Amino acid sequence: MTVLSAGILPLIQHAAPAAGAHPLAGTVADWLWLVPLLPLLGFVINGALSLFAVAHTGPSDPDAGHGDVAAHDHADAGHTLPGDVASGSHGDDHHPVARHRFAGIVSVVGPLMLALSFVLTAAMFFAMRSAHATEPFIQTYFTWMITGELNLAAAFQLDQLAMVMMLVITGVGTLIHVFSVGYMRDDPGYPRYFAYLNLFVFFMLVLVMGANYPVMFIGWEGVGLCSYLLIGFWFSEKANADAGKKAFIVNRIGDFGFLVALMMLFAHLGTMDFQGVAAGAPQMSTGVVTAICLFLFLGCVGKSAQIPLYVWLPDAMAGPTPVSALIHAATMVTAGVYLVARSSFLFSLAPVAGLTVALTGALTALFAATIGLKQWDIKKILAYSTVSQLGFMFMAVGVGAYVAGIFHLATHAFFKALLFLGSGSVIYAMHAAYHKTGSHEDAQDVRNMGGLRRFMPVTWVLMWIATLAIAGIPPFAGFFSKDEILTSVYARAHGSTLAEASWLGIPGSALLYFIYFVGIVTALLTAIYMTRMMLYTFHGPNRTGEAERGALKEAPWVMTGPLVLLGVLSAFGGWFNLPKIFTDFLPVGPTFALEHWLDPVVGEQQLAVTHGEAVHLSHGTELLLIGAAIVVAIAGIVVAWRMLKPEKLVPKADSPADEGFERIFAEKYFVDEGYDRAIVQPLYRGSRGVLWRGVDAGLIDGFFVNGTAWLARAFGWLGSTAQTGAVGTYAWVVVLGVVAVIGVFTLR
Amino acid sequence: MIDPPYPLFYTFNFYLFGVIALASSLAFVTRKSPIAAALWLVNTMFALAALYVMLDAHFIAAIQVLVYAGAIMVVFLFVIMLLNLGHPSEVADVRGKWGKAAAAVLGVILLAQIAVMSGSRVRPEWILPRGEMDRLLAEKGAIGVVADPLFTNYLLAFELTSVLLLIAIVGAVTLGRRSDVAAEATTGESVSAG
Amino acid sequence: MLAEALALSAALFTIGVVGVLIRRNAIIIFMCVELMLNAVNLSFVALSRYYGADGQVFVFFVMTVAAAEAAVGLAIIISIFRHRKTVNLQNINLLRG
Repeated sequence: MTVLSAGILPLIQHAAPAAGAHPLAGTVADWLWLVPLLPLLGFVINGALSLFAVAHTGPSDPDAGHGDVAAHDHADAGHTLPGDVASGSHGDDHHPVARHRFAGIVSVVGPLMLALSFVLTAAMFFAMRSAHATEPFIQTYFTWMITGELNLAAAFQLDQLAMVMMLVITGVGTLIHVFSVGYMRDDPGYPRYFAYLNLFVFFMLVLVMGANYPVMFIGWEGVGLCSYLLIGFWFSEKANADAGKKAFIVNRIGDFGFLVALMMLFAHLGTMDFQGVAAGAPQMSTGVVTAICLFLFLGCVGKSAQIPLYVWLPDAMAGPTPVSALIHAATMVTAGVYLVARSSFLFSLAPVAGLTVALTGALTALFAATIGLKQWDIKKILAYSTVSQLGFMFMAVGVGAYVAGIFHLATHAFFKALLFLGSGSVIYAMHAAYHKTGSHEDAQDVRNMGGLRRFMPVTWVLMWIATLAIAGIPPFAGFFSKDEILTSVYARAHGSTLAEASWLGIPGSALLYFIYFVGIVTALLTAIYMTRMMLYTFHGPNRTGEAERGALKEAPWVMTGPLVLLGVLSAFGGWFNLPKIFTDFLPVGPTFALEHWLDPVVGEQQLAVTHGEAVHLSHGTELLLIGAAIVVAIAGIVVAWRMLKPEKLVPKADSPADEGFERIFAEKYFVDEGYDRAIVQPLYRGSRGVLWRGVDAGLIDGFFVNGTAWLARAFGWLGSTAQTGAVGTYAWVVVLGVVAVIGVFTLR
Repeated sequence: MIDPPYPLFYTFNFYLFGVIALASSLAFVTRKSPIAAALWLVNTMFALAALYVMLDAHFIAAIQVLVYAGAIMVVFLFVIMLLNLGHPSEVADVRGKWGKAAAAVLGVILLAQIAVMSGSRVRPEWILPRGEMDRLLAEKGAIGVVADPLFTNYLLAFELTSVLLLIAIVGAVTLGRRSDVAAEATTGESVSAG
Repeated sequence: MLAEALALSAALFTIGVVGVLIRRNAIIIFMCVELMLNAVNLSFVALSRYYGADGQVFVFFVMTVAAAEAAVGLAIIISIFRHRKTVNLQNINLLRG
């Protein structure tokens, strides 16, 4: 791999000046290729270290001890508590303490590569801000493939949208990498973990930086691979490996849609790079554009966990918690939102597709929020919350409010990463506590927590900031982005192409009002379930257990440090795109900064949806909408606070099963079971009964394979009778053959 | 060879050695004793060498005698004597009359086919101008005529023959060496078979 | 004399073929092959008169190959004789799988 990168480097540097007279040419943006290459380098180094260590430890699996908690408990039992605290002993999610021999190098290489990448991206951001580029800055490295009319270049493009995504990915990514140093330090697969994580960032950057759909697709598939690898990181437990497989397979359904969309694009336009498609899109008929958009959206549904393909994301929580934060909350799952925003030149032409996207987003948001109400696993709550928030983003990009969608993507990356890392910190503490006593209680169940604020004050405060942000309490980040989404949906119910379109006979206007209503209800539910989680986790009496209680403590600074930074971002992330109504009232920052920033990329498309005029709502209406958003958020928190009684909660082991409505929520509407009955089992039975027994064993094995074998054997038997082994006979045969061949020549 | 019309002496000699070659080869395939057969074959080769001389291939005639008759056939005789095959073996060496008849039929067909094929046309530009070979022989000599292309156009092939011969030597030595292990295995086999 | 030489060549070649077919002694069969090679050599030499000395060069190569073949072939026959105590092809069926 190092040879490979060494071989590619001069090639890329050579190709760099090809960008021509773009205002960014000659600036730091010439180093664009280095941004994804740094994480790739990290992957190579960490992966090599991982392999090297395996090669030197011999045939035994470095993870072999995984899950075997009891085996090493006796070693820890003798330690006194303070001694362990001083030595920094902290268990991870499921593992015996066995620090990897290369943990030191990996701890530096993994986050450092990301940090460098982030610094470079930030430098490019400032170069970009002063350059006022309106066209994307494209770097073409080499011709990827030429087949017939298809001429694909391996090219990256840097525009304002890609820049936002790159900043989020490298910025939040760096923080999560640093957090991982603390969280995963004692895992036997530590270098492997960082190798995967670095590889993920590489692919994610390829996804957002690709200058055409196929390059983006490489990243799209690459992040899927890394997601699979990291969900099943502790693969020696079957449930984890199964969760990885589930994520991978469900995503394949979406990727099928993505691929079909690409092929349709190529069939109709003959090109697949963004600029070419943007230029050619208006020439296609609305029906074709709608079909392409819907197929693209199928890809988004898979990757971004929307109805009906959301089922993999909650299961994906089987991976390490930082992975959930990075991949399954902040970056990869938002790739679908990015794809819609990136394809805004298509979606703005297809109002029906836009309505489908928005409606799917709204329903997913509501659906996941109701499930989130009754989950007990802290990570599952957050997983459904993520699905729900992704629904919000799709509501935004569906109605053509691309900036609002990207804005929520960014703020969500901040507060959801914070929530996940905070929950990681909690789980870490819980695990360490149970580890100490050798208890096998569930370290992720909120029924086993309670009152943690006394033990982990920093995490408590930060988690509350994130909770207020996601609930939509001003002035935290989530308020601005969520409010903008709801306002955009409401505003487009009149005087937009969407409102005038009809969706399966339903007028678009009515549908948009419905979507708005669903959004408001979901906002209420969001506030409720998040407050519930906080209440059960940090408030009320502690339910961890007498013996374990003393071991609960704040995580080390390498973990809480990133949390603090994310807390700041969650609190002030809204400053990136303050609405006018807010700055009029309280001039603390620039108005619509993100809107202006993204204007060269999606501005035109946003206007196309609203007939070329900027969305305009009366001052009163806007205030009313904001008021409504704030009211439901506060109402949600108050309702949860008043109605839920953490004092009455008992530890998981003693809890009765849920009943009635609650059971439906807790069991996630039995969707997994339904899929199992409706799709998996029939497929399984069909595969066993028809495909395996009938087609495979009967027809293919029985007739074709065995038949061919029988035929070959028959011919072999015939041939072998001629094989007397007597050379004399062979001489006769040869001469006969010669005579025959010459005979053919002479008689002709 | 001189160009036609041929002097009677030349024609006579040509036919004489042709008949000797033919008769010797017939004697060769019909002799039961391997030694006799080998000697008849040597005779054929000498007759052919004489024909080569008459065809102006003096160098080839020389190595026909030296290499073929002198070296290769002597090796054959060595082997026959080494294996003590001088007397006709107990098992019938020649096939029965049906085998002979079938072989004769095949031979006749083959001969007919060759006759038909020899009537095929040859590109005129391949044929040297009249007297060209005589001129070359006079200019380069009998050896030069062969040596010239051998060390120019066919140099690579010529060098490769040396490799071929080396391989043949190594192969022959390897095959001919009496391997004790193989011998033991064989004895063991025959013992157990017996 | 070209026609006579080629006719003789064809006759000698056919005799060699028939010899291979009717004999069972491995060494004799081997010598029949040598006879066939010689027959071809005669054709080469006769035709070289009309087509240039390349034919003689070919004869040279044929002889080289024949020498190599004789060396290896006889070694094989000796080897077989050691194992089977015979060179009669009727008793040799090593090629039988």
